[in-house]
Amino acid sequence: MDWKRFSFIALIIIVLFGVVVMVGHTKQPPLLIITSMLATTIAVATPLTLGALSGVFCERAGVVNIGIEGMMLMAAFFGWVGAIYMFHVFELGIGISIALGVFFAVLTGAIMSLLHAALSITFKVDQIIGGTVINILAVGLTGFLNRQLFFGKLSVFGGTVPNSPGVLPTLHVPITELFTPICGAATTCLQNVQAINRVFDQKPIAIAAILLVFVSHYVLFNTRWGLRTRAVGEHPQAADTVGINVTKMRYANVIIGGMFAGLAGAYFTIESVPSFEPLLTNGRGFISLAAMIFGNWTPIGAWAAALVFGASQALQINMQIFRDVIPPQWAFLQQSYIVGLTPYILTMIILTGIIGKTTPPAADGVPYEK
Amino acid sequence: MTKKTSNTRKTGDTRKANENIVLEARGITKQFPGVLANDSVNFDLRKGEIHALLGENGAGKSTLMNLIYGLHHPDKGEVIVNGKTAVIQSPNDSIALGIGMVHQHFMLIPVFTVAENVMLGDETVKRGSLDRAAVSAKITEISKQYGLDVDPNAMVGSLPVGIQQRVEIVKTLYRNAEIVILDEPTAVLTPQEAEDLFRIMRDLTARGVSIIFITHKLKEVLAVADRITVMRAGRVINTVKPAETDSAQLANMMVGRQVILTVDKKDHKAEGEVLKVEGLSVRDQRNLETVHNVSFSVFGGEVLGIAGVQGNGQTELSEALTGLRSPAGGKVTIDGQDLTGKPPRTITEAGLAHIPEDRQRHGLVLSYSVADNMALCDYYHSPFSRRAVLQPKVFDENARKLIKSFDVRTPSPFVNAGKLSGGNQQKVIVARELSRSVKLVIANQPTRGLDVGSIEYIHSEIIKMRDRGVAVLLISAELDEIMALSDRIAVMYRGQIVAIVQSKKATREQLGLWMAGAHVETA
Repeated sequence: MDWKRFSFIALIIIVLFGVVVMVGHTKQPPLLIITSMLATTIAVATPLTLGALSGVFCERAGVVNIGIEGMMLMAAFFGWVGAIYMFHVFELGIGISIALGVFFAVLTGAIMSLLHAALSITFKVDQIIGGTVINILAVGLTGFLNRQLFFGKLSVFGGTVPNSPGVLPTLHVPITELFTPICGAATTCLQNVQAINRVFDQKPIAIAAILLVFVSHYVLFNTRWGLRTRAVGEHPQAADTVGINVTKMRYANVIIGGMFAGLAGAYFTIESVPSFEPLLTNGRGFISLAAMIFGNWTPIGAWAAALVFGASQALQINMQIFRDVIPPQWAFLQQSYIVGLTPYILTMIILTGIIGKTTPPAADGVPYEK
Repeated sequence: MTKKTSNTRKTGDTRKANENIVLEARGITKQFPGVLANDSVNFDLRKGEIHALLGENGAGKSTLMNLIYGLHHPDKGEVIVNGKTAVIQSPNDSIALGIGMVHQHFMLIPVFTVAENVMLGDETVKRGSLDRAAVSAKITEISKQYGLDVDPNAMVGSLPVGIQQRVEIVKTLYRNAEIVILDEPTAVLTPQEAEDLFRIMRDLTARGVSIIFITHKLKEVLAVADRITVMRAGRVINTVKPAETDSAQLANMMVGRQVILTVDKKDHKAEGEVLKVEGLSVRDQRNLETVHNVSFSVFGGEVLGIAGVQGNGQTELSEALTGLRSPAGGKVTIDGQDLTGKPPRTITEAGLAHIPEDRQRHGLVLSYSVADNMALCDYYHSPFSRRAVLQPKVFDENARKLIKSFDVRTPSPFVNAGKLSGGNQQKVIVARELSRSVKLVIANQPTRGLDVGSIEYIHSEIIKMRDRGVAVLLISAELDEIMALSDRIAVMYRGQIVAIVQSKKATREQLGLWMAGAHVETA
């Protein structure tokens, strides 16, 4: 990641935030708008960050994975269904049901990626086609099971969708408590501290995603595992001649990637909203790949790019809050579909390579033949 | 009593001989689909010697080495290392036995540093993270010990080929290799770099390392090897000492028949400027200017050879001259006709025969028949097509004629070009290009990867064209080829022609220096 990329990212985020502040400053103080935008940005960037990490692990090991979208969708579904089963059928507690839901989502991601690994590594199927198969399979299977499990003849729920046990709780970082004695009676001080506190009060998967960014970066560039992973993605034959098992390394990394995608899926139905609807991932798996490419296949770069997309989604959400105060000369911002286009337009701009070309791993997408 | 003593002595002797032999392959047989790559091959390597393994492409040298290194497994036979039968399932096993291999195509990762490349697969780890400092220190130590001089922190992709090769050697020494296999190590080197490599090889053997040196270059074998084993068609033909043989005999063993090694070339007067290049600049696909302001001419009846280490702009130069790439500036004329940036067909029709560098990408359509490939330059006009309809009969007759006169070994004209051997594929191209009436031949690496027999043939065809008064531009990374065929030699370095000399006055040393970028002295 060069300075050009990071400054582009910073610029876009500043512009997006700036628009919201300009529109909303009559209704709320700028600090409050900015912190709430930041909090939303970090939250909604979570699946994109995890999806991009998924792509980084797969592609650094030399396997192109465009099936992340499908893996997320499957994981979102099975995590949600798993949590419901645990709660309603096995009658486990709320907390344990939700936790097991996350586990099922990650497991689903792992199983789906095992399928992708088998197709692309063992059977050497064209990896784009393998990924497409997973995407189509995910749409079909989740749609079908969603109907059958709840409304089908054999449904244990008898035609209704039971309430899910709920969503993961927000973890509170006690900044406000810490500052209360310092601020004393000054209410503006306390209000500002509370506003800032919102940025840090995130849910577990969002926090995990950020930690995983830095862990992944360290693993990829400073450990034996990372060196070997990058070696099989750059020049598998070179790795083979020094005794590294290319097949094993690729399988393992694709499965790690799948688990990241699974966690991203859990975000949708277990962390964000406790419900499932067909096609709910809505292209985020693909946007993750754009973030990965823009981040030049590095975890930190991909995270920065994911934040841009997160910010553009936060813009969309905040525009709805400030809908009634949008000045008449900016009336087009009232059209939610125009604002909703921002992430997709950004994706296209980024992928044209105007902001500089990125270099994929040399053996990315190439099956290894001895 | 007497009997016993003699017995003891005998076993003692065998043991002594065995101690000397560090690696032995016995009765190795390996069958690949359709080819018997190794046929009961016996080979041994003594401690501290350089044992050359000589043979043409496809003779089975690399297969034998890949079997010893554990990349493939033999169908029959055994490998004995230091007196013990070795079970080599994977490179891990051979590395553990002290065998290291420097592959012809380097097994280095360009985006990794030297230290990362060297430690890969045998990493030193401190508290979970890579201990780059310890590895760098060890590399520096090995470099000093063997005079290898590599910087552990340099990015491999930015190093010259000669240094990359040293990194490969360091890689084997880092793993404590006592047997080092060098697979065609000089193919990518300048003459000076090759000399350096030979010095390093001698240093290594002086310290007890044993080397297997795979090559098809006779001169090098005679210069550096202690023993020479010649392979042909999967079998060992003979093992000889350099003092007891010469190039002609070795070539004979390699090919299985008498080979004329020198090109028979009569003096010929060059006349009439055919190709004229003025101030040509070319950019490559990354938009970097790889040919800068190059000017030269080629006259009728002469061969102008362009020498240079691969990747100094030769590819882009020939692409610009043949219309495959638009030049960024300058002018190209053939017989006075301005052809700068014109499409390939226009240039071909102006009288160009092109033997491209990558025969499979630019020379042939591999999925087309030999007959179709032989008509690729002419298919669109009479007699090959009439009123936009192809005439299969004409294609067939043309192919049969060319197959006969250019000695293409193909079962029939209808076989796909992709099914032929490299030498015969190249002959199909040569037949198509040189059978037309042309004014200029541009031959880029015309004999790369071919066997001695095909090289001999293609060389004689090129000289025939020259003797007929055709201008020939020969681009080759093989200095011997350039010196054998050319009347004048131009040296290309970093996209510029740094010198043009009469080939009679040129010496290998001087050309080698120019190729390595030494400053041109105005003579």
